[in-house]
Amino acid sequence: MPVPDVSERLSGAINEVTIGATEEQGGSRTRTVTIGGETSFPMLSFEGRYPHPPAFALQITAADVDDWHAEAKKHVADVAGDLEKWAGKCEEWGADLICLDLAAAHPDSGGRSPEQCADDVKRVLGASGLPLVVWGTDTDEVDNNILPKCTQAAAGENCLFGTAKELNYRTLAASCLADSHKIIAEAPSDINLSKQLHILLKDVGVNLQDIIMHPTTGALGFGMVYIYTTIERGRIAGLSGDTLMQQPVVVNIGKEIGRVKEAVSPEEESPQWGKVQVRAPLWEAATAVGYVEAGAELLVLRNPEALQQAKTALEALWPKPPESA
Amino acid sequence: MAVTGLDIYKLLPQTNCADCGVPTCLAFAMKVAAKQAALDDCPHVSEESKEALGTASQPPQKLVTIGSGDSALKIGNETVMFRHEEKFHHPCGIAVLVNDTDDLDAKAAAIKNLFLERMGQNIGVDVVAVRCGSGDGQKLKDAAMKMQAALNLPMVLIAESADKLQAAAEGLAEARPLLWERNGPSDALVELGARTGLPIVVEGDLDKCDGDVQKARQAGIEEMVLCPGEVTPRGALQFLTMSRRAALKRTYRPLGYPVLAYAWSQDPVQLSLEACHYVLKYGSIVVLDEDRPEYVLPVLVARQSVYVDPQVPVQVEAKVHEINEPHDKSPLLVTTNFSLTYYCVLGEVEASRVPTRILTVDTEGTSVLTAWAADKFGPEQIKEAIEKSGVFDQLAEGYQKPVIPGLVAVISGELSEELGRKVIVGPREAGGIRRFFNSEWPTLVGS
Repeated sequence: MPVPDVSERLSGAINEVTIGATEEQGGSRTRTVTIGGETSFPMLSFEGRYPHPPAFALQITAADVDDWHAEAKKHVADVAGDLEKWAGKCEEWGADLICLDLAAAHPDSGGRSPEQCADDVKRVLGASGLPLVVWGTDTDEVDNNILPKCTQAAAGENCLFGTAKELNYRTLAASCLADSHKIIAEAPSDINLSKQLHILLKDVGVNLQDIIMHPTTGALGFGMVYIYTTIERGRIAGLSGDTLMQQPVVVNIGKEIGRVKEAVSPEEESPQWGKVQVRAPLWEAATAVGYVEAGAELLVLRNPEALQQAKTALEALWPKPPESA
Repeated sequence: MAVTGLDIYKLLPQTNCADCGVPTCLAFAMKVAAKQAALDDCPHVSEESKEALGTASQPPQKLVTIGSGDSALKIGNETVMFRHEEKFHHPCGIAVLVNDTDDLDAKAAAIKNLFLERMGQNIGVDVVAVRCGSGDGQKLKDAAMKMQAALNLPMVLIAESADKLQAAAEGLAEARPLLWERNGPSDALVELGARTGLPIVVEGDLDKCDGDVQKARQAGIEEMVLCPGEVTPRGALQFLTMSRRAALKRTYRPLGYPVLAYAWSQDPVQLSLEACHYVLKYGSIVVLDEDRPEYVLPVLVARQSVYVDPQVPVQVEAKVHEINEPHDKSPLLVTTNFSLTYYCVLGEVEASRVPTRILTVDTEGTSVLTAWAADKFGPEQIKEAIEKSGVFDQLAEGYQKPVIPGLVAVISGELSEELGRKVIVGPREAGGIRRFFNSEWPTLVGS
């Protein structure tokens, strides 16, 4: 009796989304990044398409990096405080995109003005040719104040802006529509909330093909598995044809690692866990690989070492598709 | 696999003769499905039907036991591809590789260091894989005996050929090791497995495994573990996915066994990531040639995470937990009974060495913000939990001030009114507790 062929052909496909615009496309990026397009579960390209490798963004910020854990901070110590230098470094470190985190606009972190934030966006775009993700503050009033100026400052560059939430999506949606950017739709680890938000965005004119979803993020051992399962469930729905679940997934991992004791607790405190300079980047990379296994395509990290580690691991899993040139 | 009454009905003569004592064959089938009657109660049922039912009621993936006694590892019997469909049932074994040429005392000590506890569970390494690196079967046996005595963990014995496994298998048969002959099993290993009753590894691609499993079954071996052999992580993922699908979705018995995945990467970081990946995607034993905790820890935590039952909230008992021997002037922290929340708080409190009470409110295992949004962690519920616990009776006047998580600062006013006491807003994250104890707490209680 031959082994049964259990390959699966699925009816749906994840949307292919491109971030960044080159000069011909009206922007100034030296390259663009495309994610999504899968017709198979993650990495199972022997039975379907998984046309683009997962993309990695490194986070940069104008805010103080005092609260970054030491193992991430040591890499950026030289460039923190200088967004342009830092952006250039990200390119050297092998990032596919840069993620500018606007935490500095929060009143608790310096309260950078909308104009300053817009200027930050411009300077980062000027310093690096990588496509740009811009991530808000998690505080609605602040976001609504700064993000419109930032989308404007990046008009034509086809950036990815976030985050739009159920109770605060109109301003960002309108700004992204006006300035032709992609948008992050954030719903806390729940498929139905996520679908509802996509409908709301669609109702105000956002194309479902322009959405990347953020189911929120937890680190390995600190909530990752809940979100891992939410992503898996959403992916099953999307690949089965649910157009409200065919959006690629972003997770914002870097900032979660600092709260994982196993990852950052110094050796004097936790000798049983071994070397912290190994643990910290490895934890970030392991979290990233785990999320890719669930279905995430865009990963925001802080630690350049973790980025290299995760990319190498995924290269052993992701084969370049034969049709790609 | 659950067999329905209708499945059983199809196997019956369908004559409604009532010789079994039940008026109709369908009613009898229902009773058999509900395990209220045995198929044998029907005097007319055919031998083929009995056999078919026996096979159909077997789980699609075999349960395999490695080791013996309390530390025995049970793997297999998985029922789903994705954990939300039900749950992953039997946590995979995580094995550290030891060569019989290694410094065995040092190896045993290193593995003991990997018996870790996390969030109230033992999460440590639970299998030892002993490899015959010396090429001498006697040496393998000695090394395995030594590891057995030092660690008492289930073992995988690895050698290039069956004759090198023989001494160890016979000497340690009672400890029930898993026998892995590289690229096996040869006829000699099948013979050894059948004679000793020990589980064996069947290594190769799906087609080879298919044939070898059937060969071994004919020889009388029941418990086997599949292994894709020395392949890339991509090849292993394909093997793990396809064998599990063939077993669960097609009930294809020759592949209905748990799978051993070996992390072949040379670089320790890549090895750790490869192992994490096998833990998430269907490995039932994951073997690592690595014993340093910084590389093994993420693998252990990945297993702890993915084998959590997604239908059951992970919670701790709702009560007052006394940490570091609290007295009547110790802080009272209030949080939810979600395990993750509680253990984060507990870890920080223990590290602070400050005598503390932690009151966990029954939020049905949901986290602070989720519970607050669902009205399970509001002023009323907290007040009720405090009163029910009687914790204020243990606290001196002036110290009856609950500290609530900073994330729900918004309820502090109302809670304070309800309780008629001052409520302290604590840090937003557990990570801030130590700083809070050192700097804010003393001034807040006026000491």
